[in-house]
Amino acid sequence: MGIFKRIKDSLVGQSTKQSEKYVAGLDKSRSSFSSKINELAARYRELDEDYFEELENILIMSDVGVSMVMTIVDEIKKEVRLQGIVDPKEINDIIVDKMFVIYANESYMTTKINEAKEGLTVILMVGVNGAGKTTTIAKLSNKLKQEGKSVMVAAGDTFRAGAIDQLATWASRLDIPCVKGKEGGDPSAVVFDAIEQAMASEVDVLICDTAGRLQNKVNLMNELEKMNRIIQRTIPEGPHETLLVIDATTGQNGVSQAKEFSKITDVTGLVLTKMDGTAKGGIVLSIKDELNIPVKFIGLGESLDDLEEFDLEQYIYGLCQNLMGE
Amino acid sequence: MPFESLSDRLQDSLKKIKGQSQLTEANMDEMLREIRLALLEADVNFNVVKEFIKNTKEKALGQDVLGSLKPGQVVVKVVHDELVTLLGTEASELDLSRDMNVIMMVGLQGSGKTTTSGKIAKYLTDKKAKKPLLVAADIYRPAAVDQLVTLGKQLDIPVFEKGTDIKAEDIVTQALAYAKENHHDVVIVDTAGRLHIDEPLMQELRNIKEIAQPSDVLLVVDSLTGQDIVNVASSFHESLTITGAVLTKLDGDSRGGGALSIRHITGVPIKFIGTGEKLDAIDMFYPDRMADRILGMGDVVSLVEKVQDVYDEKDAMKTMNRMKQGTFGLDDMLEQMHQMKKLGPLSGVLKMIPGMPKIPEINDDDTDKKMKQTESIIFSMTPSERRDPSLLNAKRKERIAKGCGRTVADINKLLKQFEQSKLMMKQLSSLNPETGMPMTQGKSQFQVNPNRKKERHKKKKKK
Repeated sequence: MGIFKRIKDSLVGQSTKQSEKYVAGLDKSRSSFSSKINELAARYRELDEDYFEELENILIMSDVGVSMVMTIVDEIKKEVRLQGIVDPKEINDIIVDKMFVIYANESYMTTKINEAKEGLTVILMVGVNGAGKTTTIAKLSNKLKQEGKSVMVAAGDTFRAGAIDQLATWASRLDIPCVKGKEGGDPSAVVFDAIEQAMASEVDVLICDTAGRLQNKVNLMNELEKMNRIIQRTIPEGPHETLLVIDATTGQNGVSQAKEFSKITDVTGLVLTKMDGTAKGGIVLSIKDELNIPVKFIGLGESLDDLEEFDLEQYIYGLCQNLMGE
Repeated sequence: MPFESLSDRLQDSLKKIKGQSQLTEANMDEMLREIRLALLEADVNFNVVKEFIKNTKEKALGQDVLGSLKPGQVVVKVVHDELVTLLGTEASELDLSRDMNVIMMVGLQGSGKTTTSGKIAKYLTDKKAKKPLLVAADIYRPAAVDQLVTLGKQLDIPVFEKGTDIKAEDIVTQALAYAKENHHDVVIVDTAGRLHIDEPLMQELRNIKEIAQPSDVLLVVDSLTGQDIVNVASSFHESLTITGAVLTKLDGDSRGGGALSIRHITGVPIKFIGTGEKLDAIDMFYPDRMADRILGMGDVVSLVEKVQDVYDEKDAMKTMNRMKQGTFGLDDMLEQMHQMKKLGPLSGVLKMIPGMPKIPEINDDDTDKKMKQTESIIFSMTPSERRDPSLLNAKRKERIAKGCGRTVADINKLLKQFEQSKLMMKQLSSLNPETGMPMTQGKSQFQVNPNRKKERHKKKKKK
């Protein structure tokens, strides 16, 4: 099975610290997912309807959306019939291939932050309550800082108690400037001030925090739209990057989140947080499929350097490692 | 509203079986598959779904179709009963039997522990006349202590905090002593969010539990959580023996199938649900009501309770009387609209009424906007105009239009609407409350119209 074998080959031997951490973080997802599939293969002598139903269930358990699962399984069935495979052990490669192809879907994938050609780059972080926006901002600032960029953060969450302090604490730990507003004030005003200050002090990147909002709260979504507008007034092509932060434990609602946030702001990427737990974050497959929004980063822990660029090969490789007989 | 889509799906699948005269294996299978998909899409854990389907099938197949019941009705009943069994049969309260009750809040990061702690503290103060103490034991996340302190200030409830340079266990020990000294009868410990597989932090929780001997350990779970909820709930339950769960963010559009899973996996009741960001947005969890809602059977009990909560009986009687006398004016209408508004968004209210879940979607913002327009028009009228809209002539209307910044046409529209609702209310008030039929020998035809004189007066003028 072409593509994936090649990717795997290119990965073997690559043992940077990054990929180690990545694999370690994904360990739990991988082991439960692929060991289940292996178990499945061992249990079934031939590929029958029962096998596929079980496979369906395993994918569902990883939070891959129900309709997406149907698509994947149908594709696999077709492929199996086409190639006349009966031994469950041979099917693993097909499963991996199909998942890869469906995620990639001929689209251009990048995990690089889209930067302004010149001047200030503005990044807007959005997401539902408790997804991990503020923590991710700290991690992302740290990462950009290590790349030699000057970073400023704006505490745009004026609603939740203690949110401003939370970001300010991170900022002082990182030794970067943080623009604060009044608690309960207008977040757009904070963003406006931040842009002015960022331009005046000529920093490279401004990351704006926003209050968590459930995607069905129209007024809060309007507030977000306003923030977007304020940014565009000063910087017409901004925000250069709008990152939707999604908790890996999120279930089917993730698609709705991505859909609704995309309606308001042009979501350019996802950050999948809390991947160091047992959750599998399979919903990103569905989101990519329906909205073509790629995952850019994944959060693998609570410390500042626990943010990694999303690497599809490694993600699927991680999920399916056992499948490939290693 | 949570569960909306789930109930839609179930209604569709049950409809398929409705027209059929017999419950056969074949038509059951199709329906059960639909139910299975609906539940899975609602994030109900896979294993729970499996069992649910199995039980439902067994029960439905063995069921005799009695008397005039249709097979579809039988299945609805079986599914409903199963859901109720799964969700538990009655609402579960906090254990407040001791002199000092400690409630421990635990959960993953970002599930809403701190906000929920504040909400429960408010609930206990307002509804149970308790004197709670909030304890900030989250020493890890930056500003977590500040968050709780701010909440405490907003609620006017004391918060015990010792900063973040001290072990969480020690904070709790000191907090308990403090609570005893100051006669707090409930202590709510807000712990740091943690992953269920983080052994050192889970050990910390076990230590705190050992020290505090809590009467309740509440697991706070985000209703947006997917299949992983099972791992989370079972690990927390295993190491801490939780006594209940709180399902947060149910005001989102997630289907909240997690409620079913938690209940099934741990067997502990869901004690509260979080329904908004404001500090009073917390509700008891009523399993039977939730089951009704899942099946699209409406939730009349909640509606009635809600109405009782916000409706001022005296005001209502006044309006009623005026209606009967036929002096129902624009300000009365406005009053009623405000009362309706207190019930919450219209779409939510309508969904609680049985047989209504199929109404087209109502845009709450539109209704809100219209209400504000109506308000501004009515507020631009003089009190006498409000009482008796027939006073309004072209000149007055023009003045009002200027006053509220709308057009005369808008005012006319409102007046027409008012006439219609007046008519409807007249009909309603002439119903016999016992039979629901219009009263034929009612006094209404003899009733004196208090506006009669003015009308006559006007006619004279015209001549």
